[in-house]
Amino acid sequence: MMTNTNQRLTQGQFSFLPDLTDAQITKQLQYALRQGWAVGIEYTDDPHPRNTYWEMFGNPMFDLRDPAGILLEINNCRKTFASHYVRVTAFDATRGVESPKMSYLVNRPANEPGFGLVRQEVDGRNIRYTIHSYATDKGEGERY
Amino acid sequence: MNAEANTSCAEAMSDLALLYRESGIAEVFEKLDRELIGLAPVKSRIREIAALLLVDKARRAVGLAASAPSLHMSFTGNPGTGKTTVAMRMADILHRLGYTRSNHVIAVTRDDLVGQYIGHTAPKTKEVLKKAMGGVLFIDEAYYLYRPENERDYGQESIEILLQVMENQRDDLVVILAGYKNRMETFFRSNPGMASRVAHHIDFPDYSEAELLEIARLIAAQTDYRFDEAGLAAMRDYIAHRLAQPHFANARSIRNALDRARLRQAQRLFMNADKQSAPDKEALMTITAGDIRASRVFRGGLDGERKQESS
Repeated sequence: MMTNTNQRLTQGQFSFLPDLTDAQITKQLQYALRQGWAVGIEYTDDPHPRNTYWEMFGNPMFDLRDPAGILLEINNCRKTFASHYVRVTAFDATRGVESPKMSYLVNRPANEPGFGLVRQEVDGRNIRYTIHSYATDKGEGERY
Repeated sequence: MNAEANTSCAEAMSDLALLYRESGIAEVFEKLDRELIGLAPVKSRIREIAALLLVDKARRAVGLAASAPSLHMSFTGNPGTGKTTVAMRMADILHRLGYTRSNHVIAVTRDDLVGQYIGHTAPKTKEVLKKAMGGVLFIDEAYYLYRPENERDYGQESIEILLQVMENQRDDLVVILAGYKNRMETFFRSNPGMASRVAHHIDFPDYSEAELLEIARLIAAQTDYRFDEAGLAAMRDYIAHRLAQPHFANARSIRNALDRARLRQAQRLFMNADKQSAPDKEALMTITAGDIRASRVFRGGLDGERKQESS
């Protein structure tokens, strides 16, 4: 299931844990920087699990040595999109990998309505199932 | 009670000595003394800062209040007096003392901070600041950031962002501004906010002739060259002549002079190659008087040469 009993979105790493503190985020960022990965910040208000392309908050940050700069941007993003989902991704540019190695949420809306199960009757009595985020019933920017 | 206070005092003393040893700072100071000639006021200021940081560390260990001091600095001095070199060393010292988390230095100039159109400056400056976080940001010729003759210049925007970060994220970043003395003074006068946030103004004095000679020997030794006796005397003469000529850039001029002397030495060895047997190690290392005295500095420098050509 996409939601747990607390209706909390569980996508990416650490999502079954309580929200990470800034100190914990700093440690994770430090790890990513030590591996030489470029860290980027993304946000969205459409939490559907198939929505993989989130908006980028600024450019991915290359050539950084210290997590303080990234934390600064995370806090900027939280301030700008206080009631959006914000996630941090760490991109590994190594040839042959070229994909995110880490991805975790650092901000979530105060109230998460969760997902409903939608049943569609097709081809006689066959049933197709899909999930639907209650939040997306409203227009973009008014969801949370 | 009194005895107790005495023992804790003794403990603090030994702690300080221990901290000093543990930080490995003595080694950095030794290197500083060995590799940087002269610069007595600079070195003493660096020692003061190091002492302050160590004492703060000791204070924190015994539970006394120790606020992180502001360590933004301004290095002023003529070209070639070692501002960049000292900035690199400073990063190392601050890292060893645990003030910064990393020992990296990001060296930038106006070009790296100021954008070309509206809305370009802020992201550019922020990107540089993010890269420098945890270490030292070295802004060379910082006075170019402020151009009073053009009120729409984007430099001001860059300065404002710098100020904000210098104030709010003192723990994350040390900013070192560098430049010529009088122009930096004008810069600070017209940006009082900047002046008040820079705690340490360090002036780099020009080198004396004796110090320059010492520098020449050091640079030569670092690249496995050495002067013979006449060569050293020639170098002394060279420095005296060069000092009187325009565009003298202290240690940088000396390094350039040595580079040219190496060219002439190579040429001399090459020309003599067919007459003599292969040069031995000694010959490959030695810079002689001839290599130095061939310099145009002894004929009145660039200007003197031009006069001769035209006449």
